[in-house]
Amino acid sequence: MIIADLFQTLIWIVLAGLAIGSGVAMVVQRNPLYAAISLIGVFISFAGFYLLLGAPFIAAVQVIVYAGAIMVLVVFVIMLLNVEEEVRKPLRLKFLIPAAIFGAAILFAQAAFIIYSVGASPVRVPNADAANSQIGLTKSIGTGLFTDYLLPFEITSILILMAIVGAITLARRPTVLLLVEEDYDGKKHVERRTLKIDNI
Amino acid sequence: MTPQLSWYLALSAVMFTIGVAGVILKRNAISMFMCIELMLNSVNLTFVAFSSFFNNLNGQLFVFIVMAVAAAEAAVGLGIIIALFRNRESLDVDDANLLKL
Repeated sequence: MIIADLFQTLIWIVLAGLAIGSGVAMVVQRNPLYAAISLIGVFISFAGFYLLLGAPFIAAVQVIVYAGAIMVLVVFVIMLLNVEEEVRKPLRLKFLIPAAIFGAAILFAQAAFIIYSVGASPVRVPNADAANSQIGLTKSIGTGLFTDYLLPFEITSILILMAIVGAITLARRPTVLLLVEEDYDGKKHVERRTLKIDNI
Repeated sequence: MTPQLSWYLALSAVMFTIGVAGVILKRNAISMFMCIELMLNSVNLTFVAFSSFFNNLNGQLFVFIVMAVAAAEAAVGLGIIIALFRNRESLDVDDANLLKL
């Protein structure tokens, strides 16, 4: 039992290192494609956390939806738009760095206070046995989704439909019409005319 | 010693902060978009951690719906980014500070 606990903690530490390292790499990276690949690392490590927490369904959805679908979309757009590396520019605001240091100091003080007071509090969180828990399984999630949360589920489907329509409307090219006229002596004149959405 | 709830909350706070820092520091619209995804994910981790430690299903259902909203956001957001690039030939958000061209 002790060995199993130790092993779990070890996996947790490795996953946390992977998540934080990939997250920092994503922000530091100037090439958006490398940033996207670092973000996939974050998503994979989060899927590992969901498995540790006894939520296999959410872990699978995380890998399929985030690391699969969304990141494929992002990488596709990066390659489509031929994004080059960000160039270094001067700061937008001169007082940004001292302000950031000041804000970070306040945040660290708050976090230290919270950790201190939680450590002193007698309240203990009931720690469910994640390995034997039934709540993360696909069956219970399906039951919850189709009974108590039916209305949010249906609203989500309407939202996704709206997103599909919106994405197609935003990303399509303006229609180009080719107007071909013929002269009396048989010469052809071709005129390209762009149809805007508001004069269709 | 197994991983405690507070560990997960601390990690989630760290990841959220990295995401906020990325949104503030980055100028490329796609990079900012990816940092927003990171913030959504760290909130999801909080939901699943509470759900698991309190033995309550609702957190995981929330995460499922958050993921659906994130997918919708990705589709529309990338559509907006493509339209922006087509009109301005640039993804720098500093170039896109006016509503009209």
